[in-house]
Amino acid sequence: MTDVPLPYRVTRVRPETADTVSVTLAPAGAAAVAPFVPGQFAMVYAFGVGEIPVSVSRIGHRELVHTIRAVGAVSAALCALRPGEQVGLRGPFGTGWSLGRAIGQDLLVMAGGIGLAPLRPLVAAALAAPHAYGRLNLLVGARTPDDLLYAGRLRAWTAAHGPPRCAVAVDRPSPGWWGRVGVVTTLLNGARFTPRNTTAFVCGPEVMIRAAARELVHRGLAPHRIRVSLERNMRCATGHCGHCQLGGVLLCRDGPVIGWNRAEGLLSVREM
Amino acid sequence: MSERRTTAVLDRTGLDALVQVLRARGRTVIGPTVRDGAVVLADLATAEELPFGWGTEVEAGRYRLVPRADGAAFAHTTGPQSWKAFLHPEREKVWDADRTADGRLSVAEAPRARPSYAFLGVRPCDLRAVAIQDRVLAGGRYQDRGYRERRAGAFLIAAECTEPGATCFCVSMGSGPGADAGFDLALTELVDETGHRFHVRAGSDAGDELLAEVPHRPAEPETQAAARDAVDAARERMGRAMPPVDLRTLLGDSLEADRWDDVAARCLTCGNCTMVCPTCFCTTTEEITDLTGDHAERWQRWDSCFDLDFSYLHGGPVRASARSRYRQWLTHKLSTWYEQFGSSGCVGCGRCITWCPVGIDITEEASALHDELAARLRRHDQEGENGRKESEP
Repeated sequence: MTDVPLPYRVTRVRPETADTVSVTLAPAGAAAVAPFVPGQFAMVYAFGVGEIPVSVSRIGHRELVHTIRAVGAVSAALCALRPGEQVGLRGPFGTGWSLGRAIGQDLLVMAGGIGLAPLRPLVAAALAAPHAYGRLNLLVGARTPDDLLYAGRLRAWTAAHGPPRCAVAVDRPSPGWWGRVGVVTTLLNGARFTPRNTTAFVCGPEVMIRAAARELVHRGLAPHRIRVSLERNMRCATGHCGHCQLGGVLLCRDGPVIGWNRAEGLLSVREM
Repeated sequence: MSERRTTAVLDRTGLDALVQVLRARGRTVIGPTVRDGAVVLADLATAEELPFGWGTEVEAGRYRLVPRADGAAFAHTTGPQSWKAFLHPEREKVWDADRTADGRLSVAEAPRARPSYAFLGVRPCDLRAVAIQDRVLAGGRYQDRGYRERRAGAFLIAAECTEPGATCFCVSMGSGPGADAGFDLALTELVDETGHRFHVRAGSDAGDELLAEVPHRPAEPETQAAARDAVDAARERMGRAMPPVDLRTLLGDSLEADRWDDVAARCLTCGNCTMVCPTCFCTTTEEITDLTGDHAERWQRWDSCFDLDFSYLHGGPVRASARSRYRQWLTHKLSTWYEQFGSSGCVGCGRCITWCPVGIDITEEASALHDELAARLRRHDQEGENGRKESEP
């Protein structure tokens, strides 16, 4: 259903950080939205408050998990949900990560902050088909250890040395920090990949996306093999409201995941 | 190959009959009429309400009605409104949401009125604008259902342009002054020694069929030639022109132009240009709740890329400066629209020039961008040449 939200019931709420929660949603009635692929997003409606685009961070049989940071009125209302309450859901919308186009290649997943949320189902899909891909690297950056999403899972992966081969860095460590210190691109030195046969998947703040993609090109990745997920204001998700324009790209329709070959020019102009 | 379409001549009685036949068929006839010192689009009860004897005098930031001695009905330029006010209305309810006492949510598409419109006096530029909005709102994977319903039932009667205004540049955009497609009937108004009459061409089966019910006479060759001549003459009298270059490439190559600072110093970012533009389609949403707290409504309303909130992301707007907002509007209109919807978003109607409170002229801005780009390329060539000379032994 893409025109009008379907009712979904909150089955679980899990705090991730001080301002971020993961909300598990299941259809409240018989009707459910069509299946999502990693990288796509839903429009999630908080009754009487409004609707925002949120990518899926876990794709279950009927359940969907959205990891949401409280930054505005709607996201704050969604973060305050309790199990049993209902929201509206439209979707799925947008392009996915297109993991299928990376078969046989090394995978380089790079996340900054909340950008890890849309990448999580991609990592799950790659782990579920270990023979389809080469080496799976997961590089995660956050401002502080307290801002890290899915910290327990990341720490276990890091300790186990993969797969995925995981490394985590924060800008400002705190006592007891178990990972590295620095920006996420510094983690590339420890990653295992053959640049000419690698697809990268990048999501995070735009400044992080730019830095990561430029570094990857510098290391020999083809720009179209660097897939980045972008964000703009969005009202309708159906290509009619005009808000999510980024140059000639309508991010709800042509994105949110686009190739760096297309994104580079758009992200290098100020206030585009 | 369809059968040959009807060509005919209507006199004023015929025009009256046309409106009456449309109304008798249950259609709401919308057409130009004089109100509040302007030619506006409104529900017409009879053809008498058309702006007979009124012309318009327009310039950048200026619009005035002027009486005409010839009594012509379609000798005015486009007014402050366009047909999008009817096909893509300013405010529309999208859905109703209800929450029961035990917290269950239900959302239902809002019921819609299903008007059956006949638009009388659609300018060729505006015909093109309707075709553009068709692609934007009903031509993609997802369709705006309200738009599609209103549009599918609409009967379009074009009025070819014989009196272009000083802000018109449809010839540059290839959308006028003649109407070549997209209409059910196309009128060309003629006032000369032979009398006041309307040359009419059917453009669809529905047009042929309607014309059969309206008193008319066959179009004699002299009237056909006079209609053609009047439109051809209008082609030569455009008030404005775009620089004769590929505007799509020009705007694409001008993202960092200095001219944006110049126009930003004049632009009030009021959004008038987006409101009067017949193709601007952007909307935002409003959430409305009642006092019980258990009923909510979602409305959509026109929005403007000049509004700071338009590009708001957590932390602030992406396009904070006037420079970036004007650049977004003009670049979208003339360039990125192609990438998104397969054509230019500009039809050359001149409304954005006429209704800009500070008289910013889209054709002047495009010319300035062209001059700046050309100068930059010349400098670049020269530097390249000098570079080569220096490197020679």
